[in-house]
Amino acid sequence: MVPAESVKIDRPLNVIVATDCGSTTTKAILIEKIGDEFRQTYRGEAPTTVEAPFEDVTRGVLNAIAEIEELSGRKILDGDKIITPCRDAKTGVDIYISTSSAGGGLQMMVTGVVQNMTGESAQRAALGAGAIVIDVLASNDGRLPHEKIERIRSMRPDMILMSGGTDGGAVTHVVEMAEYVAAAEPRPRFGVTYKLPLIYAGNTVAQPQVKKILGEKTALEVTENIRPVLERENPAPARHKIHDLFLEHVMQQAPGYKKLIEMAGAPIMPTPAAVGLIMETIARREHLNLIGVDIGGATTDVFSVFEGVFNRTVSANLGMSYSISNVLVEAGLANIMRWVPFTIDEQTLRNRIKNKMIRPTTIPQTLDELQIEHAISREALRLALIHHKSLATALKGVQQERTISDVFEQQTSGKTLIDMLKLDLIVGSGGILSHAPRRIQSMLMMVDAYEPLGFTMLSVDSIFMMPHLGVLSTIDEKAATDVFVRDCMVYLGTCVAPIGQGKDGERCADYEIAFPDGKTVKDQLKFGELRLFLIELTRKATITLQPAKQVNLGAGPGTPVTREVQGGVVGLLLDGRGRPLQLPADQPSRIAALTKWFSAVGLYPTASE
Amino acid sequence: MAHSYTPGLTVTDYTVVRRRRVLPLPGTVLVKAGDQVRSDQAVARAELPGKVYPINLANQLSIAPDEIKEYLVKKEGDLVQKDEILAENKPLIKWFKTEIRSPITGTIESLSTVTGQVLLREPPRILDLLAYIDGTVVEMIPRQGVVVEATCSLVQGIFGIGGEVWGEVVVAVRTPDEPLSPTHVKGEMAGKIVVGGSFLSAETMAKAKEVGVAGIVVGGIHDKDLRALLGYDLGVAITGTEQVGFTLILTEGFGTIPMESKTFKLLSAHVGQKASISGATQIRAGVIRPEIIIPRAVKPAGAVTQPQREGIRLGDTVRIIRDPLFGRIGEVSALPSDLTKIPTESDVRVLEVMFPDGSRAVIPRTNIEVIEGA
Repeated sequence: MVPAESVKIDRPLNVIVATDCGSTTTKAILIEKIGDEFRQTYRGEAPTTVEAPFEDVTRGVLNAIAEIEELSGRKILDGDKIITPCRDAKTGVDIYISTSSAGGGLQMMVTGVVQNMTGESAQRAALGAGAIVIDVLASNDGRLPHEKIERIRSMRPDMILMSGGTDGGAVTHVVEMAEYVAAAEPRPRFGVTYKLPLIYAGNTVAQPQVKKILGEKTALEVTENIRPVLERENPAPARHKIHDLFLEHVMQQAPGYKKLIEMAGAPIMPTPAAVGLIMETIARREHLNLIGVDIGGATTDVFSVFEGVFNRTVSANLGMSYSISNVLVEAGLANIMRWVPFTIDEQTLRNRIKNKMIRPTTIPQTLDELQIEHAISREALRLALIHHKSLATALKGVQQERTISDVFEQQTSGKTLIDMLKLDLIVGSGGILSHAPRRIQSMLMMVDAYEPLGFTMLSVDSIFMMPHLGVLSTIDEKAATDVFVRDCMVYLGTCVAPIGQGKDGERCADYEIAFPDGKTVKDQLKFGELRLFLIELTRKATITLQPAKQVNLGAGPGTPVTREVQGGVVGLLLDGRGRPLQLPADQPSRIAALTKWFSAVGLYPTASE
Repeated sequence: MAHSYTPGLTVTDYTVVRRRRVLPLPGTVLVKAGDQVRSDQAVARAELPGKVYPINLANQLSIAPDEIKEYLVKKEGDLVQKDEILAENKPLIKWFKTEIRSPITGTIESLSTVTGQVLLREPPRILDLLAYIDGTVVEMIPRQGVVVEATCSLVQGIFGIGGEVWGEVVVAVRTPDEPLSPTHVKGEMAGKIVVGGSFLSAETMAKAKEVGVAGIVVGGIHDKDLRALLGYDLGVAITGTEQVGFTLILTEGFGTIPMESKTFKLLSAHVGQKASISGATQIRAGVIRPEIIIPRAVKPAGAVTQPQREGIRLGDTVRIIRDPLFGRIGEVSALPSDLTKIPTESDVRVLEVMFPDGSRAVIPRTNIEVIEGA
């Protein structure tokens, strides 16, 4: 993620208009200071206009802002100009800011020497800056030299990030990779005639050779080493450079972006970088371990902050519209079907998924179509988290001190940082989660996909304004935090999921819940059960659980736990389905189990509703 | 939202299209503005740099990288033939002599005394960029290509596979709801663009391949047949480079769906004429739909190019593009402005569609497509 490069604004900011230019839609929000706090007041959206016939991103921006004008009665536009600063109570805004992922976002290729060391460090740095990494090349990636060169030639990235070697270490492999890149003469995705931006963030000793080899052929920028020593990653300088080059080179090639940059009062950020920034801000402010997910039409971004370490990954081909068919390819039909509470023949389902792919803006109109989309989203979320876990790891290649007790553990370096038991909060974003007709649907989709362990809070982004707030936080953190807390986050509630397995109907845990109104409930949670209790958004309840002897709630098998749990628009979900979650293998029992769970939490309307 | 509808695919008897023909890297433009070009005519040419072969001489000769120049027989920039000696050592005993021979015919592009590598490059390959459509060059893009303009009939499909081809239009079925069966595909259709009806089966695909048709335009196919045709499951709809023997364009979608009658009528009206078609589809970051372009020399009487639409109106003919009424066509009979709750419990903007039999249905606005100029 790009760290906040605070922009100095010397006037008070009371009215802010922010846009996010997505691949298909440009979303605008108006933020106003009401009393002492900032609130998001109006929103508008319009199709993104990067493509023909408009080929000017600002058209979509102006259309989206015009919608806010209509709704709010505030005059913001003067022809093609945004009126800044405010002239009076109903005219103008104090600043306009924007993020962008239009045109497919920022696509990067990264190189390293050892694939799971500098290769991964470079990948993490690029992902953290909001890029989609289209390939990772490394000296030991198993490809022959000419295959590497062919690969570089055939890719058309927006930018290349080269890393490799610790400072003062051997230069040969880094220089060799530079030679491959030079031989391939890579060309950028947009603009046939301009030089491809390339960032070198490897062994400092190799800088002169790299400059000699690549200085002429690319728009080379040299920065500090991403991995100066094996034990430490230093991604910030490379991320800064990526952000600078994104603005200076890549965005200058996209239609209308020069105008957009001039219109904006702060640097335009890549959308995922802005989302990452706001996620990191929440985690820091609340001292939380969190996982954030943004499931879009084309891609799924996963963010995590564990023990203060931020990571982001993007699964470029997992999404709910353009990439929906790829979810089917990657997850397999059986994995999708296991979440569908009715039978449907394979051909019909395949054709339906393909029809959604080719007409991505359509929405489910019937309940069974909605249930199919929710089934697919569970798999997309699950696969994206698996991908994230594989990259959000401790540094690999670092020597570890071991004691005699570690001898039998056989643990290698590079263990994933994602510990579901230590996870405090899951934040969901993206159409399928933000716009689910019932909030419990979003909650259960995330619970089924992520299988949280122990106690986990869940929330969703109400109308997908995290990108806007991310960029806003770089100029006014208070405004961003105010809006985030009051208008953006919708707390769904808490999920309590005991770890362990048992036969359906067997005792999983005894529980006692003390509700905020003084009422208490004492009962038994059985294996195979889901139970939902209403606890208001701003209230907390106290729950004491006495798990069965093979069941663990974080304190050890059979050990009782008492915790305060946060309410939400859904409430408290007790998940007695066991972890890892296993669905019945045969179809009738699986459908029966799904039907029982769905009705226990009121997931979908029934015939009588 | 003011623009909450899905613009339809263009199906028009008369329009003017411009196609940018741009080389993947700078080259030479072979035509000039005002030139008439044919679809198979080269309009620009580029030299694609040859493949690069790295050889690590230092490793192969067991010497230090900075010593390689002493062992090289050839120097940077020299031409080499396949199996010609590039470098050799000079041992005291001839028996220990090692010769490194060139694996390719090409040039020595660079030497590195840091890594001990020599990079060899094959000769460049000529890439001719063809005009794709019969038309007029209206714009030159120096060193990159041209813009070709054609007055034509244009049909956009919803999805396609395969690249740019051209050929004579032939309609193989009688009605738009008739599936294209293997018996419809005859030997004389080789090199032609075959228009089918509602469905293309795996058997018909095999027959088409055997006959050697250039392209097929049809209402729908099954996803499983597409998978069999491609040999893999298509995950993301970015196509155009597949090589399955013919270019395939779907006008409606997946499943058995009659070709929209306007599309069928239009294509039927151009039987025997030459069409340029492309299956290239990209439904992400810059929508590209497959297309059938039938150039026409004269403007038909009374024809006007259709202006860009701004929204949806009462009386518009629309196609429903999502189940449960997928593929049905009707007229917009009401446009309520308030949000309406649909069976999924979502509150969305809807419209009412009246079907030819007089029945009506309420459909989310995002689930219809306007049939332009119907």
